[in-house]
Amino acid sequence: MMIKKKTLTVLLSAVASSFMLVGCSSDSGEATSASGEKEIQFMHLWPEGSSKKHYDVVNDIIADYEKEHEGVKVDLEVLSNEQYKDKLRVLSTSKELPDVGLTWSAGFLEPYVGGNMFAPLDDVIESDLKDAFVPGTAEAYAIDDKTYGLPLELNIVSLYYNEKMFKDNNIEVPSTYEELIEASKAFREKGIQPVALGNRDSWTGSMWYMYLADRIGGADTLNKAIDRSGSFEDPALVEAAKEVQTLVDNGVFVDGFNGLADEEAKSMFMSEQAPMYMIATWDLPNFTTNEDVPQEFRDSVKYMNFPTVKGQGDMTSFVGGPGVGLFVAEDSDVKEDAKDFAAYFVKEWGEKAVTEAGVIPATKVDAESLELPQMYTDILNELNSASNITLFADVQMSPGVAQTHLDSIQALFGKEMTPEEFAKAHEDALSKQ
Amino acid sequence: MNLDSPLLLSKDMGLNVMNKVMSNKLFIAFYIAPALLMITILIFIPLFLSGYYGLMDWDGIGAKTFIGLENYINGVQDKLFWNSALHSFLLAVFSTLSLAVYLLVSFILASKIKGSDFLRKIYLIPMLLSSVAIAQLWVKMYNPSNGMLNAFLNLIGVDNPPAWLANPSIVLYAIFIPILWQYAGFYILIYYAALKNIPESLIEAARIDGATPAQIALRIKLPLIKEVVSVTIVLAIVGSLKYFDLIYVMTAGGPNGASEVMASYMYKLAFSSYNFGYGSAIGFLLLIITLIVTFIIRKITTTKERIEY
Repeated sequence: MMIKKKTLTVLLSAVASSFMLVGCSSDSGEATSASGEKEIQFMHLWPEGSSKKHYDVVNDIIADYEKEHEGVKVDLEVLSNEQYKDKLRVLSTSKELPDVGLTWSAGFLEPYVGGNMFAPLDDVIESDLKDAFVPGTAEAYAIDDKTYGLPLELNIVSLYYNEKMFKDNNIEVPSTYEELIEASKAFREKGIQPVALGNRDSWTGSMWYMYLADRIGGADTLNKAIDRSGSFEDPALVEAAKEVQTLVDNGVFVDGFNGLADEEAKSMFMSEQAPMYMIATWDLPNFTTNEDVPQEFRDSVKYMNFPTVKGQGDMTSFVGGPGVGLFVAEDSDVKEDAKDFAAYFVKEWGEKAVTEAGVIPATKVDAESLELPQMYTDILNELNSASNITLFADVQMSPGVAQTHLDSIQALFGKEMTPEEFAKAHEDALSKQ
Repeated sequence: MNLDSPLLLSKDMGLNVMNKVMSNKLFIAFYIAPALLMITILIFIPLFLSGYYGLMDWDGIGAKTFIGLENYINGVQDKLFWNSALHSFLLAVFSTLSLAVYLLVSFILASKIKGSDFLRKIYLIPMLLSSVAIAQLWVKMYNPSNGMLNAFLNLIGVDNPPAWLANPSIVLYAIFIPILWQYAGFYILIYYAALKNIPESLIEAARIDGATPAQIALRIKLPLIKEVVSVTIVLAIVGSLKYFDLIYVMTAGGPNGASEVMASYMYKLAFSSYNFGYGSAIGFLLLIITLIVTFIIRKITTTKERIEY
């Protein structure tokens, strides 16, 4: 649920005004306007300012849909990430959800499905989108064998690095975890902070922990701990938490990472202050196609899969998973049209997202037939040959436990918690559930 | 005084009409009804509702289950809540102490020094900025690698300047500074206006009696604006207890709760953990705490004597 935390700032007044919306949104129930047109309300989280390419693609798709479907109008509302989440929950409290909107998978869905807010979409997938999705993506939106979301994005996390900075400082690009630490020390000696990490948004630190857990304990240990068939006190997971603190002790992360937002860390990487940065594929455009970023920087950015730890681990196993997907509101007045629109959207999105927005969609892509940046094609190939993709821990967990996880991650990185206490905090939160 | 002055006469008549209208209960009701209605709808009903939601086990979306006082009992026993309350009270203490500084500044500004008009405007600038802008500004200043503050410390030879917003033992105080700075202009303005309101004749009289400037300030001026000072103390304390904006934007209560205050904790519970029932209960506890503190402070600071110039 912490995917794409692009905007950091939510005004108190935004919260206050969303409360007021509860009382004032009674006029939105009208499904047909005076002229007999059907109206589908659609809410998304890619504002023109921060996600221009996404924003344009959405508008294109809507224009096409309206052209092909006489008498149907799509009513658009756009908010940024955090406001979107707040508004979604306030609207659902007053049963005023838009007909179609965006949701995250797994744990994020639970309260909405439990409250009967989202319509099952299995019929749409069956009739319209059979075999359209990359295996495992639509499943992430399923609860009790019903699918409540049509996935749009698929992300994997990689460690991006600035090849030029490595060369300029005569430091070898690491291929193992131990070399990563050595390279970091070498950078420190030259007065350069090695890895940009914005752990105020603690989902960033969570990705490091998850990769260590994956390499040390294998793909399933963490998943099992979360679904309660295993435990966070598993030696491999405690070991992973210890390694996090080893990284901290060796000065791998930038100074004051616990007080930095992801955006600040990213800007350190992009202004060549730090040579390494771990992020998911949603930032690929910044390293490939985004014309606002200097060509020289884009050329020097390369990526690596998270290395093996003490010779252990499978480097084709990834952290990542589907990002946002489309939901259709259960009590929508135009449910059938909304479903039709959602299916249409997913199909169009598949191609346009690749060519125009430069993100990896959850629908299958034929990379051969399209002209794409090299790094994009490479990562797509990694994705296609991935042995496993572990869904972001904070998305897997239900919201309450996810909060405990994120707080504990900060404490672990800040060394206010021992690895054992870290394990216990998770066990306590999960057993209370 | 010339009692036959037509101006005075008409003013008198106006007052009479006014008194007549004001003694009519219907009119009084008519005049206060709109405001009362707004306050009821926008404040009292939501207050009542959040107290009620506090009795529920509710994720904010699905069905509500009545669980009695469980949320409130948990709240009272919640270590994290009391930790955040402690931070809020610390902020209240610092805000109150800072009032003394603002008072001193106002004394200086109100005495006829050169450029006091200009200085007054400078002090007021932070008040004109939105909280989010202030937060972004200070986040940039505190940045451990690129921030102005650490760059300055490096310059004067400090080797390892702290990471202000990441160090759990510093972060709270690091955030207090912009919060206090943000409201400085507001309180200085209030004090300045109050000091300017003191009749010059009183000061003249004191001066003729041989009082020193310090005596005039402490024995004459301060007692005369006592009522204003007591109001600002209440404002500072209540404002601190329910404070939210800068903390939310700058650290979101982190790292690991080190800068959490009551309001940000409530927000986190309701909106990040999807525990709306518990969040509402915490919100209601926050209200009760603020009411009690306000009551106590008013009891301590209110004076019986009325000051008339």
